[in-house]
Amino acid sequence: METSSLSAIWLTIKLASLVTVLLLLIGTPISWWLSRTRSRWKGPIGAVVALPLVLPPTVLGFYLLLFMGPHGLMGKITQALGWGVLSFSFTGLVIASVFYSLPFVVQPIQNAFEAMGERPLEVAASLRASPLDAFFSVALPLARPGFVTAAILGFAHTIGEFGVVLMIGGNIPGKTQVLSVRIYDYVEAMEYGEAHILAAGMVIFSFLVLLALYGRRGHKGWSR
Amino acid sequence: MEPVIEANFQLAYPDFRLQVDLRLPDKGVTVLFGHSGSGKTTLLRCFAGLNRARGRLVVAGEIWQKEEQGKIRGIFLPTHKRPLGLVFQEASLFSHLSVRKNLEYGMKRSGNQAGAGFDASVDLLGIRPLLDRAPEGLSGGERQRVAVARALLTRPRLLLMDEPLAALDLKRKLEILPYLEKLREELDIPVLYVSHAPDEVARLADHLVLLENGQVAASGPALATLARVDLPPAFADDAGVVLETTVAAHEADGLTRLEFPGGHLYVSRQDKPLGSRLRCRIHASDVSLALATHGDSSILNTFFARVQTVAAADTPGHVLAQLRLPDGTLLLARITERSRVALGVAPGLSIVAQVKSVALLA
Repeated sequence: METSSLSAIWLTIKLASLVTVLLLLIGTPISWWLSRTRSRWKGPIGAVVALPLVLPPTVLGFYLLLFMGPHGLMGKITQALGWGVLSFSFTGLVIASVFYSLPFVVQPIQNAFEAMGERPLEVAASLRASPLDAFFSVALPLARPGFVTAAILGFAHTIGEFGVVLMIGGNIPGKTQVLSVRIYDYVEAMEYGEAHILAAGMVIFSFLVLLALYGRRGHKGWSR
Repeated sequence: MEPVIEANFQLAYPDFRLQVDLRLPDKGVTVLFGHSGSGKTTLLRCFAGLNRARGRLVVAGEIWQKEEQGKIRGIFLPTHKRPLGLVFQEASLFSHLSVRKNLEYGMKRSGNQAGAGFDASVDLLGIRPLLDRAPEGLSGGERQRVAVARALLTRPRLLLMDEPLAALDLKRKLEILPYLEKLREELDIPVLYVSHAPDEVARLADHLVLLENGQVAASGPALATLARVDLPPAFADDAGVVLETTVAAHEADGLTRLEFPGGHLYVSRQDKPLGSRLRCRIHASDVSLALATHGDSSILNTFFARVQTVAAADTPGHVLAQLRLPDGTLLLARITERSRVALGVAPGLSIVAQVKSVALLA
């Protein structure tokens, strides 16, 4: 295997791991709010979170590129802070991936919180647990299967992204060149042998992820 | 002044209004009784602070809530700051914790790390063999017993129970009722117990609150309240009185004699030691009236009584008569309007009450 393949694999795993951790941190409060609120904003916010499910990745990538670019809002802020522009950087990829994979993390966690209902929290309150205490000591443990599903889906979906990465991060080896883009390059260059190694590896990886997920589903139910 | 629980709640939903003003005893079991939709569970949730009603709640001399109309600032202790225990209708154990950890969950958070009363509560509810099991492996009755112990171990000032037996089948119910009766005898905190089952009222209630459409239809000592004839028709279909009796003798011919202040009752042999207490229920429809004793009747349990009041019963052509035994014990009799006219049953009449059957409650 060529070193560029190895560095693409390493970069991809690093990206997906970091994004998964960030998504669990960001996604949990969003999921909690969506599962508990009676606000009229629940619909619109939920729809925005789910947008990446239906948008072509190029559309998402295009707007993120503008947003992070030198004339975008975020670009101006990062420049003013002396961080430069985030597009075509690993940090830019992380931010884009967080948006792109958000619904895959929010929805399983939200389902788990909703399936749990109010009762466990009422019981916790009757046993003197403050709302924050009850969230950590009751809601999180009870929603654990939802978190496992969310982490698996968020990780796997980030591994598999292509369009958004091309739009926002380009194809800089060792910096923003991820696995899927590397495969694309091999195919462009007619190096099918190397492409096969990575592509077949992806097939096996994806199969194992789904097996883990569906195995869990058969075992304990989807959202419980 | 004797310490009491004072509760005054107003709550309005689009299709339901709760409006109650109650003073409840600070010990014993108060049953909140009503049909579904009467607001009894909502009322209990207001006590717990899970539903936010406007009003006032004082328990054991502490103000848990005080929000009056027109005043912006008030007091409303959130549920987790109220020293209460709460047992829900369905199993509410945390499935991710063992039975022991479930018990410890509340102990830790209520400053009872030392586990005061742990052994007593565990033994009172007979759950020692279950301590290291997971909630999933328990029967419905076992789960409820654990839930009661878990609530008690927070050392609450008030125990709230929301139809704890309603989700259980009859067999489980009969298995858990004795534990609740033991609880009633041994607890020194007040218990609010929501129920729609007349049997549970008869067995457990010291005080009774009847709720109808979000309003208090009656509130008073259980035995006296059950003997009232002026209750709304919704409660009259199960009219009957409950007597506290003592097992006085086991007689040779297979009968047990139960004594109560107004006399004695013969029932079939009970497996209870002499001197033990037994509640029994006499349905109004099981009491018939006669103007004089007949030596030729097969009915053993007869009482001389005086008619107190007569009121229309829920079924057409029937009336409900309240009878007073010489010691003051009250009985209810449901007779036909025709018999009322034939016997001339009216307040003040001396009469013989014949009790055809007695329902034993333990």
